[in-house]
Amino acid sequence: MTVKVFVDMDKCQHYGQCCFEADDIFHLDDDGKLQYVAEADDSRRDDIESAADVCPMQAITVE
Amino acid sequence: MSGVVIVGAGLGGLRSAEALRGAGYEGEITVVGDEPHLPYNRPPLSKEALLSGVDVEGLQFRRKATVEDVIWRLGAPAASSDLSARTVTLEDGSVLEFDGLVIASGIRPRRLPIPGPTTGRSVLRTATDAEHVRALLGPGVHVIIMGAGFIGCETAATARKLGAEVAVVAIDEQPMVRPLGAELGAGMRRRHERHGVHFHLGHTIDAFVGDDRVRSAALSDGSELPADIVIEAVGSVTNTEWLQGNGLDLSDGLLVDSAMQVDTEVAPVVAVGDIARHPNALFGDIPRRIEHWNMPTETGRRAGATLAALLAGAEPDRGPFTAMPSFWSDQYDHKLQSFGMPGIADRIELVEGEPDGPCIVEYHDASGLVGVVGVDRTQELAPYRKQLMTRSAS
Repeated sequence: MTVKVFVDMDKCQHYGQCCFEADDIFHLDDDGKLQYVAEADDSRRDDIESAADVCPMQAITVE
Repeated sequence: MSGVVIVGAGLGGLRSAEALRGAGYEGEITVVGDEPHLPYNRPPLSKEALLSGVDVEGLQFRRKATVEDVIWRLGAPAASSDLSARTVTLEDGSVLEFDGLVIASGIRPRRLPIPGPTTGRSVLRTATDAEHVRALLGPGVHVIIMGAGFIGCETAATARKLGAEVAVVAIDEQPMVRPLGAELGAGMRRRHERHGVHFHLGHTIDAFVGDDRVRSAALSDGSELPADIVIEAVGSVTNTEWLQGNGLDLSDGLLVDSAMQVDTEVAPVVAVGDIARHPNALFGDIPRRIEHWNMPTETGRRAGATLAALLAGAEPDRGPFTAMPSFWSDQYDHKLQSFGMPGIADRIELVEGEPDGPCIVEYHDASGLVGVVGVDRTQELAPYRKQLMTRSAS
């Protein structure tokens, strides 16, 4: 099982709150732009769900 | 079993319901809300939604599958409660019985009693408010914004983008001065002024002038400003009226312990979000209400777990609550972000950049670093947050 992560980059404002919930999945690059891993092991699901919860723009979808 | 009643269908209510399910509670959950909408995201109401149109369904929070069976009583404000009888009565007269109660009824905008007409005076709290205000904003419209906090400043920026003539009237010496301090507040003011916003700081509105509706505002300095619409953003009051008569201290929201439990023997009751005056071990455990967007999620998670434990006859986790307060704001193309509690600082230091440009500001008190604010430097704040999190170890 894997978790699929999608960030709507039209909504994302690069606040980086998600990074604090799952720093192996989300990070801000040197230009302050959000980068993320689109597929992760199912063991990461809870943290990824938390990242989606705390996104101020509600830009993260988890499947 | 009558289940859990959650009063408040905002973010705190939703997260509490999800946390109850996450902690294994399988009973009935009923969420009561005064607005007719499922929980939706409010911050865009002063920004994108005000600029481009209010799509409430598009603003709704993603709801976890575990809360699909939650009963939503929307457009049904709570009128009163009897905690010892374990009931909540709605305005429509229906009585809901509960085994456990979540208080998530939040806040509403404070309204000042100012003489003169009321037509033309608005607040910006709900999707309905935003739709109303949006319909009135446009090129050349004279807008007065009362209050220079985040909502006032964000609304000023959006109104300028829509071509309105914008004046901000506030008693404060600088915009957002309490969280940001005077130096950065002044920097933010100059950003707004470069975009054409006029500030009338250190003043209040003595009266609104007009026959059938507000046409202008008389300021405490004797000046008069034209107004087609007045948007009031002068703080908040807690929605606690429905809790009166239960012997609770409602002077500043509801006092809760680190588990978010309300101090009452008569029923299992927790409170979350803007209304919960909670201790935070990162900041000396002094109970405070924190009206930041991330707190309903943080307190809701804890409160849901607490209530699930109480209803299962177990002792909840009463260990320290250590959530990191955080706020962020968009004004023009500037991004402001904060961690910690800059508002409690007694020493403020600009450590990088300048107040008119990208910058980082540190906030200290006797205990050390208590907060940080970055303007257009978001990616550099992570080490500060990490440092602030270590405060729990001390």
